[in-house]
Amino acid sequence: MAEDIRLMKGNEAIAEAAIRAGCRAYFGYPITPQNELTAYMARHMLDRKRTFIQAESEVSAINMVYGAAAAGARSMTSSSSPGVSLKQEGISYICGADLPAVIVNVARSGPGLGGISPGQADYFQSTRGGGHGDYYHFVLAPKSVQEAADLTYEAFDLSDEWRIPAMILADGLIGQMMEGVVLPAERDLSKLPKRSWAVGNQAKQGRPINHVSSINLVPLELEASVRARFERYAKIKETLVRFEETQVEDADLVIVAYGTSARVSLGALQEARKAGLKVGLFRPITLWPFPEKRLAELAGKGKRFLAVEMSMGQMVEDVRLAVNGKAPVDFYGRCGGVIPTEDEVLAAARKILGK
Amino acid sequence: MELAYGHPKSLKPIQTKYCPGCGHVVIHRVIAEVIDELGLQGASIITNPVGCSIWADLYFDFDSVQPAHGRTPAAATGIKRVLPDHLVICYQGDGDLAAIGTAEIIHAANRGEKFTTIFVNNAIYGMTGGQMAPTTLVGQHATTAPYGRDPVEAGMGYPIRVLEMLATLGGTKYLARGSVNNAANIRKTKQYIKKAFEAQMRGEGFTMVEILSPCPTNWSMGAGESVEWLEKNMIPFYALGEVKNTLEEAAK
Repeated sequence: MAEDIRLMKGNEAIAEAAIRAGCRAYFGYPITPQNELTAYMARHMLDRKRTFIQAESEVSAINMVYGAAAAGARSMTSSSSPGVSLKQEGISYICGADLPAVIVNVARSGPGLGGISPGQADYFQSTRGGGHGDYYHFVLAPKSVQEAADLTYEAFDLSDEWRIPAMILADGLIGQMMEGVVLPAERDLSKLPKRSWAVGNQAKQGRPINHVSSINLVPLELEASVRARFERYAKIKETLVRFEETQVEDADLVIVAYGTSARVSLGALQEARKAGLKVGLFRPITLWPFPEKRLAELAGKGKRFLAVEMSMGQMVEDVRLAVNGKAPVDFYGRCGGVIPTEDEVLAAARKILGK
Repeated sequence: MELAYGHPKSLKPIQTKYCPGCGHVVIHRVIAEVIDELGLQGASIITNPVGCSIWADLYFDFDSVQPAHGRTPAAATGIKRVLPDHLVICYQGDGDLAAIGTAEIIHAANRGEKFTTIFVNNAIYGMTGGQMAPTTLVGQHATTAPYGRDPVEAGMGYPIRVLEMLATLGGTKYLARGSVNNAANIRKTKQYIKKAFEAQMRGEGFTMVEILSPCPTNWSMGAGESVEWLEKNMIPFYALGEVKNTLEEAAK
């Protein structure tokens, strides 16, 4: 069969991948720069007689996801930074109730209303839970339209398997950019993990009644359920960390960057290599779980690091935690919606290497 | 021999955590009776709110989902859209529905979401200990309205008649207000709930039953006195009856 390849915006590719992954219910609210995603879902979910609602707010949208997920449907919402802030309460409840869901953040620059240009300043919010309480969720960071589609498709499976929501942390550039994308096949939903915890069809299934809830007023019981969740987190950290390395083995300086800033850094690496500088690139694909072990290994081999971000420095803190004082970690970043250039990153690398 | 009257199957035979004289208990029972009569126990889902009735899932013997404060109609929307053949009950108190969740209820109603909202109006925040609610009457005392609700000088606003407000929306098909102050009104309330549930199962549109309910603990009254207070103060302001009925049945 010929490959299903199309020229698409990142936002549309994410939407199409979600539909093919079997997303049964999508809830959105207008916000730039992710509007194409919601519009695509409106057209194509309604076409397929699936649930699409333009909610009255991001708050409602995430709580509709909560309900649809509780009822056993593959569910999704998307937004951009200020809207994702509004969803944090709902994400905390989704995590507390152990529901699967996919949340897309086509991030812009903040704080506050900020700007609509691409940003990576939502790293802390995304990787630290973001709402109240002790929890984490998957955070997947695509660098291209293709990867945005692939990771979205996979996010539904990860989320289902672990009953933990998965966030796609893209940015305005990935969302707006057009690239060729090979689309995944329709997911066979008959092979998904059983949702014995979901509400609905109780009599038909002849099971005891189910309650989907995050409340527990008995401290010891609540502690036990939080601990059980953290045991799942530990397993995820062991098995599901993902990253990409480019010319890291012989590198003196390893640039650490994800998403759009990793693309820029790759260009800087190529220029550096032409100039004889041993620069490598380490690109985390899972921001949570963060590839801390591999970074620690590289630090043990005498590498030094340069974190490049579209923020004032957020992921760099995870790099420092991973390296744990064994190697110097520098930072270069632009913020406010400014995308660093290859020349700027190369200059930062040269400065560190003294060449 | 058939048992003519007993404990409803959809309600677990256990003691509740509700205070003596609380209206939730009667309302739970009435809902359970209607579900039994309609034979829907195995295909019902309740979304229980943040508030005293967060405990509803302990008592109803069918599936439940507990959403964030005020987001109950949004979660019920998600559930009903995924399971359109189920009876979905969106159970809310006055703080959940008419304060923090105002946007959610208005838009769920306006979309004509095909679940039934049971709105328990006791004119006070119960679980948090007697704060002023959107439905607190003018002059009524609350921990956050210690001198009585004062709409003018203290700028505390006026009690909201939710059904009358929602009645203007195209998506609402059946809006009725009952009360659990006496047996006659409890029977009427049950009829309203049954009409609403039947309409929901026919897929007609948004249905809601508001129920005036005593809260002796936070009104600082005995159970008997609280019923008298409800009759004397709440019923004159929150008129009982069907506020809107545009069900197909009514049109015939």
